[in-house]
Amino acid sequence: MIIEVKNLKKSFNGIVAVNDISFSVERGEIFAFLGPNGAGKTTTIKMLTTLLEPTSGDIYINGFDSKEKQDEARKSFAIVFQDSSLDDELTAYENMEFHGVLYSVSRKILKKRIEELLRFVGLWDRREEFVKNFSGGMKRRLEVARGFIHLPKILFLDEPTLGLDPQTRNHIWDYIIKLNREKKMTIFFTTHYMEEADRISDKVAIIDKGVIVALGNPSNLREKTKTSSLDEAFLALTGKDMREEEVKAIDRMRIRRKVHRR
Amino acid sequence: MKIIYILWLRQLKRYYRSKTRIVGSMGQSLLFLVAFGFGFGAIYQEASGGDYLQFLAPGIIAMGVVFTAVFSGIEIIWDKQFGFLKETLVAPVSRYKIMIGRTLGGATVATIQGFIVLLISLVVGFRLENLYLFPLALFFIIIIALLFTALGTAIASTLKDMQGFQLIMNFVLMPIVFLSGAFFPLENLPKAFNFIITINPLSYGVDGLRGTLISTSHFGLHIDFLVLSVITAFLFGLGSYLFSRIQI
Repeated sequence: MIIEVKNLKKSFNGIVAVNDISFSVERGEIFAFLGPNGAGKTTTIKMLTTLLEPTSGDIYINGFDSKEKQDEARKSFAIVFQDSSLDDELTAYENMEFHGVLYSVSRKILKKRIEELLRFVGLWDRREEFVKNFSGGMKRRLEVARGFIHLPKILFLDEPTLGLDPQTRNHIWDYIIKLNREKKMTIFFTTHYMEEADRISDKVAIIDKGVIVALGNPSNLREKTKTSSLDEAFLALTGKDMREEEVKAIDRMRIRRKVHRR
Repeated sequence: MKIIYILWLRQLKRYYRSKTRIVGSMGQSLLFLVAFGFGFGAIYQEASGGDYLQFLAPGIIAMGVVFTAVFSGIEIIWDKQFGFLKETLVAPVSRYKIMIGRTLGGATVATIQGFIVLLISLVVGFRLENLYLFPLALFFIIIIALLFTALGTAIASTLKDMQGFQLIMNFVLMPIVFLSGAFFPLENLPKAFNFIITINPLSYGVDGLRGTLISTSHFGLHIDFLVLSVITAFLFGLGSYLFSRIQI
């Protein structure tokens, strides 16, 4: 088991966001973590990646207790966040370099690996350009490439294809599947596109209101709910009501930016 | 060490790449020097018999350093909102190293900015009284830069988004600059007013700069140095602590 989660719980000022969930992910598996807005997906991913401290429960990443052996746990994974975590004012190459130094990759290896990875995602020719001039798809590709500099065992992806066109989405999944096959990388991702999860993942967990309501492979879930697609299975399990989510600061800012542009 | 270096380097790269920011803050300092320096010059001359521009320039240099320093610290909010902070926070690196690297970077940038303002002052007509004390003046610029970058970091660590920024501008930064004696002499002030100035750390920074650049000091250089270093150490500790507690 490369990821083990036991009785994980998180509450914010008394409001329970994740309520006593347990699951595990096998080495080399592609694991989809699905749920409606505000179900606790991002909160869970933040706890798995040590950004957020759980209220209670245990997490083992690559065998390391994420609380006690935090640095070892952190070296074992890479994460691609929902919104970009690149530095816009740096070039593609500098972003890669920065990451390498943070993960103490030696200079000689770093140079070679950056070239290899930037070629892999087709950005080598644009390495000297500032990230602020990149399109959404290019940024996402760069982030995926950056995550691999320290050779992680697990790749976390929080809605990696959100807001991308179908071409770029396919491209990104092709990379990820290739990495999974060639390097035996474990993939843990969240998405709202059920068809993606259905096509790609070996195992699916569905979380709703902080609780895991279903766990199994996609065909399993379809059979269990007597539905013909994962999309329908998802709706059968989580209901058809729309969810409310707290507006985050970044969203407020985006709204304001739009207003200013007018 | 490498980690602190790369974080430091990032702050410097961001600084020299934001040309608008450099030009903007240079323009601001020049405006203050010209408007106040020449505007109040005649009255000041009549009242005290001194050259106001000589008196004002160290204050404006301190102001330039403080603004750049606090903004560098505050940049953490920016990184928080645009995601880059997460990249550093999930890395297998202690938060203290991150904080130290960023703060040293911000302080370096602020020191450079202070030096630029000093050059502008010289162009406008400011003259150094004692060249031998100049290295000491540089030292005061550095310590002011460190102090206020650490303050910016501490403030930014507790704020969620840029909303609180205006508040900080109006209720922290402006009072610190305007109530520090950057613009007026500290002699014969009303008691309550004098008290505010005594508890404002920048008063000692401005005074230290005056002591070293134009050889007139109100508190004395030793006191200036002592107060500034104690407060810098305190804010460094506080900033590190608050930064280490950031949760996204």
